[in-house]
Amino acid sequence: MKPFDYIRAESLDQALAEGGKPGTAYLAGGTNLLDLMKTGAARPERLVDITRLPGLDRWEWQDDGGLRIGAMVRNSDLAHDPDIAATFPAMAEALLSGASGQLRNAATTGGNVMQHTRCHFFADPASPCNRRAPGTGCAAQGGDRRGFAVLGGSDACIATHPSDLCVALAALDAVVEIAGPEGLRETPLADFHLLPGTRPEAHTQLAPGELIVAIRLPAAAAGFRHHARYLKLRDRTSFAFALVSAAAMLRIENGVIAEARLAFGGIAPRPWRSPLAEAALKGARPDAESFALAAEAALAGAAGHDAKIALAKRLAARALTHAAQGTPERVPALPGSVHRGETAHV
Amino acid sequence: MSHTLTLTINGTVQEVTLDDPRVTLLDLLRERLYLTGTKKGCDRGQCGACTVLANGRRINACLALALSHDGAEITTIEGLARGDTLHPVQAAFIAHDGMQCGYCTPGQIMSAVGLIAEAQAGADPERIREGMSGNICRCAAYAGITKAVLAATETLSQEAKRA
Ligand SMILES: Cc1cc2nc3c(=O)[nH]c(=O)nc-3n(C[C@H](O)[C@H](O)[C@H](O)COP(=O)(O)OP(=O)(O)OC[C@H]3O[C@@H](n4cnc5c(N)ncnc54)[C@H](O)[C@@H]3O)c2cc1C
Ligand code: SF4
Ligand code: FES
Ligand code: FES
Repeated sequence: MKPFDYIRAESLDQALAEGGKPGTAYLAGGTNLLDLMKTGAARPERLVDITRLPGLDRWEWQDDGGLRIGAMVRNSDLAHDPDIAATFPAMAEALLSGASGQLRNAATTGGNVMQHTRCHFFADPASPCNRRAPGTGCAAQGGDRRGFAVLGGSDACIATHPSDLCVALAALDAVVEIAGPEGLRETPLADFHLLPGTRPEAHTQLAPGELIVAIRLPAAAAGFRHHARYLKLRDRTSFAFALVSAAAMLRIENGVIAEARLAFGGIAPRPWRSPLAEAALKGARPDAESFALAAEAALAGAAGHDAKIALAKRLAARALTHAAQGTPERVPALPGSVHRGETAHV
Repeated sequence: MSHTLTLTINGTVQEVTLDDPRVTLLDLLRERLYLTGTKKGCDRGQCGACTVLANGRRINACLALALSHDGAEITTIEGLARGDTLHPVQAAFIAHDGMQCGYCTPGQIMSAVGLIAEAQAGADPERIREGMSGNICRCAAYAGITKAVLAATETLSQEAKRA
């Protein structure tokens, strides 16, 4: 690991002043940053530790029923709070389907949103990678595309965004609150991560030195709580990143879908919301036919790996089916799994 | 520039001066404080061998920067037993064959202690397996590990009722 200076920020102003200096990275839980520093993919000269910033380690319910989640709230605390899990169940299920108990205890809300792709060429400084080292090329092109984007990629980069949490956040219309030298600004989470285009190194909308202070969920997002699921296909049932995942949420009135939300993980460089699928579902009956049509709409234009595209369609239809059946009373024993968790053999 | 941090490790307050901020909590424990019970498997958050409790919560010590944990209370496998009396989770791992080579075991046990404190899995074997999925066992002693965690959950809840 390259040597660095360590600064513990005691206030937001101090963090912003220090964070704006060249070669600086913010340190939250460290579960992604330290990992990348060990491989040499990240080489900051200064770390500004933001874990002690006052007030960012809690959430607040807002008067209108929305939720404001501080950037330092740990993934496990967010997922295990009973009120939050009841109000935004797909978020709890997405969080609990990700990483491990130990990692979720350390990982923060802001860090999860900011985590880098798991493209292994990105993590390996010996490989060409436009995202890590602009202009060096993309080692993933021409290889097996199973773990890569089938939507939203470019000639420069086909990496996927790895976060489970972000998929649920995108579906819930979350808003990212950002602090910078010029004060506070905000942006929808669905636009926060940038598509690679010709500049994959840009990752997100954050300018150098800017900091995520909170993620906000609007009150309207709670309207989906009775029909909300997160499903995640991966190479093993637990402790693996998504091959394909989907957050599906429905508002059903008088047997008809009044409003639908559908977002994917694992198939695109950012959490992938599907407005076309959502439009197709509005006013439709919550049945297999509607869900199959919505899944087709969601993957229209996808390319790169036929089996993965087929899998994504089936997963979307299944997630919608599970959502229509109703949110389980509690996050299932195997969060995000298509298995029901009845394999106990102790 | 050197940095000084204070940690309470297994109940003892320790002041440590680091000449280099790169030290992880894992390397601090093993290489500077010689608490080698905590193991290094992958050093990348993928195996759980390095699991310790920080302020009562299980974390991967390999992905924790020591300086970032200044002021924390750390519990390692060395801090579980009370004299010659094993912690109920330790005793359950022995009683239920929760190990073979033993390399992953300190991490498994610390993870189980953390899992039981989180009170999410209860006596559901499927929730226990899921909750322990951050701890890989190369010997695949998983069946014994699940039994041990179930038994320890029961023992600890009995103890809590008596207390
Ligand atoms: C083995 C393993 C398995 C995993 N599996 C999954 C999985 O299945 N699903 C999943 O979603 N994730 C998974 N993760 C990723 C994990 O969720 C992230 O590492 C974690 O969420 C990052 O949060 P952190 O607080 O540790 O961030 P850090 O590592 O501290 O930071 C990550 C990045 O974000 C920046 N940053 C952090 N906070 C802020 C902020 N407030 N404002 C601006 N920038 C900030 C940092 O500078 C850094 O670049 C896994 C990780 C590991 C190691
Ligand atoms: S897909 Fe993106 S991250 Fe992976 S090697 Fe290509 S440029 Fe780098
Ligand atoms: S050594 Fe820390 S998780 Fe493997
Ligand atoms: S007992 Fe050998 S690795 Fe688990």
